Amino acid sequence: MKHQNKISAAYLFLTPALLAIFIFFLIPVAAALLMSFTDFDIYSLGNFSYARFVGLQNYIEIFKDPLFWQSLKNTFYFVIAGGPLSIAVSLAAALLLSSKLVKFKGIFRLVYFMPVVTTLVAVSILWRFIYHPRFGILNYLLGFIGVHPIDWLGNPHWAMPAIILMAVWKNFGYNMIIFIAGLQNIPEDLYEAANIEGASGWNKFKNITLPMLAPTTLFVSIITMIGYFQLFAEPYVMTQGGPLNSTLSIVLYMYQEGFRWWNMGYSAALAFILFFIILLISLIQLKLQKETAV
Amino acid sequence: MKKAFLYIILIGAAVLCLMPIVWMLSSSLMANGQSNVYPPRFLPDKFTLVQYKNLFSRLNIVKYFFNSVIVSVGVTIVSLFINSMAGYAFAKYRFSGEKSLFKLLLSFMIVPAQVTMLPLFLMLKYMGLINTYMAIVIPGMASVFGIFLIRQYLLAIPDSLIEAAKMDGANDFQIYFTLILPLAKPILITLAIFTFMGTWNDFLWPLIVMTNDSMYTLPVALANLMGEHNQDTELMMAGSVVTIIPVVLVFLSLQKYYIKGIMLGGVKG
Repeated sequence: MKHQNKISAAYLFLTPALLAIFIFFLIPVAAALLMSFTDFDIYSLGNFSYARFVGLQNYIEIFKDPLFWQSLKNTFYFVIAGGPLSIAVSLAAALLLSSKLVKFKGIFRLVYFMPVVTTLVAVSILWRFIYHPRFGILNYLLGFIGVHPIDWLGNPHWAMPAIILMAVWKNFGYNMIIFIAGLQNIPEDLYEAANIEGASGWNKFKNITLPMLAPTTLFVSIITMIGYFQLFAEPYVMTQGGPLNSTLSIVLYMYQEGFRWWNMGYSAALAFILFFIILLISLIQLKLQKETAV
Repeated sequence: MKKAFLYIILIGAAVLCLMPIVWMLSSSLMANGQSNVYPPRFLPDKFTLVQYKNLFSRLNIVKYFFNSVIVSVGVTIVSLFINSMAGYAFAKYRFSGEKSLFKLLLSFMIVPAQVTMLPLFLMLKYMGLINTYMAIVIPGMASVFGIFLIRQYLLAIPDSLIEAAKMDGANDFQIYFTLILPLAKPILITLAIFTFMGTWNDFLWPLIVMTNDSMYTLPVALANLMGEHNQDTELMMAGSVVTIIPVVLVFLSLQKYYIKGIMLGGVKG
């Protein structure tokens, strides 16, 4: 009897969360999948029955859509260049802050973390002005080392690097904290043993720090990658996807198709393609990790 | 020597981190046009609050601020209850399918939120909830990450405490309210900060469901202002300052909890 009671209480505690997840997560995911096989558009918005089942047509059209390939390329550019760069900066900052020579660690950690807590839209607007070709402080500072003014957000070659630079500034503090926690978990005696054998700093980093940090690095890589694939606010605010679609990301394209033109079937298919890419890359990362661990 | 070198790098990086934010603050205190000059100024000639005055008198920023506060506080309170109950159930009850259910929930974290957005928008539209605070609160009610965080924390609390409360005749809900919630206070604060900041800073979802000017949250309002006031650098900077001040204050006053939360989520993950 008592056992029964205990179980029903567990279900009562779980019900609100499970219900919310079922109705506002699982059903929408299933509905989005269905929607991606329909021609749901602005007319269907008033009356769902106008939407027709079109099979794989949205997916076929997407694969023929140059804007999709452009947005895919841009998003991969952001993930592949921005992801590792920001992880490297995070790791470097964590290593510096874990050095025994450094005092005031708390203050440095706090300062490095400040950009993380700021509102992305606000700092995107801020960086738009920092990148201003004539009045921006970046070009002004670069002028001192003889760099000619660059039209950061107006030049298709520089717009994505500019967004990546801002993203690294904004995000590295988060992964830095995770790396600091990971570094603290490495047993001190490993380094002591290496010291006795006279290992160099680089050798210790390569043979102790990096392998011991591998689980942390995997975790950080996966969350960073998932986050970076969802690039949206930066191009929305800073470039509207331009110039010449050089910063159009998948999510921005999906937003435009779905919520500006109300091509919701097409947009749902884009969302699922994004999902499968993220899923696939996460699985590859996990598998690589397992293989290197063996 | 090595030490001096370390400090130069550390201080240089600190300057790079703070300079944009300081420049934002400084140019928000400039008169119109002062930040669009060459060479750029780092400090105003004369400090002025005229940009803030404009925001408050002409641009309805009080309303946007209020909207942001309502949705952020609303999501935080509701989700804290729902997630802590579920986290407690997973940590301290044994029921059939418990492990697989938890694993299933965790696997949901890989699904990007964008996948749910189109049907969710339609659902809310047909419930008449677009342009209401509920449009942001409802999808934020439960979070797998929140449930996970609470569960991890409560696993470390000894079962004997719960058994003792039971001996004293407390029922399951009394235990949850009078024993578990107080014990979980640190992790609840951590989760509250995460949720509050996440909702405050969120952009895409409010942009989709708050289409009426009077319902904009601060980030949506800022992005829209940017369209009309593209050249008004000082005004836009003042709007940005107003937007980030609350999150920065929350972070500064509770940073210990926030940092711990990241470490907990990170090391375990």
